[in-house]
Amino acid sequence: MSISTVFEIVLAAVVLGLAIWTTAVRDTYSATVGFVAYGLLVALVWVRLDAVDVALTEAAIGGGLGGVLLLTAAARLRDSGFTAAEAPGTVTKAAALTASVLTAASLAGAVLLLPDAAPTLAPKVIANAWATGMANPVTNVLMAFRSMDTMLEKVVLLLAIIGVWSLAPNDAWGGRPGPRHQADPDGVLVFLARLLPPIGIVVGIYILWTGANHPGGAFQGGAILASMWLLAIMAGLTDTPPVCRRWVRYILIAGPGVFLVVGLGGLWLGAAFLAYPPALAKPLIVGIEVAMTLTVAATLGLLLAGVPERSAR
Amino acid sequence: MNEFLTAAVGLILGTLALGLVSILRGPGEIDRMMATQLIGTGGIAALLLLGTVTSVPAAVDVALTLALLATFASIAFVKKGLSKLDADGTGPTENQ
Amino acid sequence: MSIGSDIITIAAVSAGAFFFLAGTVGLLRFPDTLTRLHALTKADNLGLGLVIAGLLPQADSLREGLKLVSIWLLGLLAGATVSQLIARTARQDEAR
Repeated sequence: MSISTVFEIVLAAVVLGLAIWTTAVRDTYSATVGFVAYGLLVALVWVRLDAVDVALTEAAIGGGLGGVLLLTAAARLRDSGFTAAEAPGTVTKAAALTASVLTAASLAGAVLLLPDAAPTLAPKVIANAWATGMANPVTNVLMAFRSMDTMLEKVVLLLAIIGVWSLAPNDAWGGRPGPRHQADPDGVLVFLARLLPPIGIVVGIYILWTGANHPGGAFQGGAILASMWLLAIMAGLTDTPPVCRRWVRYILIAGPGVFLVVGLGGLWLGAAFLAYPPALAKPLIVGIEVAMTLTVAATLGLLLAGVPERSAR
Repeated sequence: MNEFLTAAVGLILGTLALGLVSILRGPGEIDRMMATQLIGTGGIAALLLLGTVTSVPAAVDVALTLALLATFASIAFVKKGLSKLDADGTGPTENQ
Repeated sequence: MSIGSDIITIAAVSAGAFFFLAGTVGLLRFPDTLTRLHALTKADNLGLGLVIAGLLPQADSLREGLKLVSIWLLGLLAGATVSQLIARTARQDEAR
């Protein structure tokens, strides 16, 4: 048994053990902390499986934003006095456990029963990379071969943010999401929030840019930018914008909007919806990705900022 | 070299597993938060070593992202407070 | 040069892994929250720093080396800030 096999067994055991503990623990805060740690370890698993784009997304979302989201939710639950009487009963828990175990077993079975040369389209994707001139096969699939799915995903993000905004109480309709954060202006948090965002913005743009030929892309870059914005908000350096503002809404629809315009252009001037003329493929894709990064950053930031709580005045 | 680095990753992973015990046990939420911070940093180290072992140079980008974002959960935790009813970490939290 | 860089890598990564181990054991065994935090920061700074120092000779290009160093600096910044925040929360908890 080679060292790498031992290492893989240790990694799998640690991840599984942590997952079981996170599900079984009673306290919500502890479960949240366990989930964040789980996300960090799963990023390791993804790298081991050579799926670095997924690892990037896992690190960006699971490590940073996911933890903030769950902790905010846990704090809200605690504040609103979620009592044990409303906790799910034993039958519900047993049903959930059975469903989860069955799903996990089917997935594991499906993966283990794959033939040794598993059917895959990867060679075809790599063979067709000349069409866009980009070397990263994941980006090619996302932005060229299955671009329709990516566009619809951005529309789904839009629906999510509309759903969150619709929860606003009447007097806060169109107002600013979340509470007004404050922190000691000479304190450590403000220091970090002044120092980190410039670095984070550079890293986010770098991840977007390098997505053409190396693992990366618009979503991961947007998630990093959203985290930096969130940091500034949490340190009280800036306030969330009122959601009735036009510029907020323009940024939110920029991503899917540009995608749609390019798609219709392909329909009108070219072969099909979302068909790129080969000479213009890379500039078009880069343009769409820039718009998508802005939209993803704004959407994720606003989603985590929460429901509008304060009126816009 | 590769075997040594793989062993190093395994060792750091074992260390992280130990830190996980602290999450399980940790008398208090602060200890769990500290264990998460440890797992974040250990994860960065393990990622860098793993990237070198499996010749995946892009693992450095994942480590960079992790390094940038690892503190967010801790910051949100400190702001939301432990059992405080005021969900906002205002002045007193920071400037005691 | 290759043997020399290999020796540096092995030495530094071993030392880094040792500090991770020491920090985690400290996290588990020290009696008090603040002392545990101290152990955590040793693992954070020294552990990550030594591992990165060990990987620098193996880096392919200057750009990759700069990325590694910036990861370490980010880890330092994050660790320092989070330690302060956690410590203040811990002290506030004790005061209650």
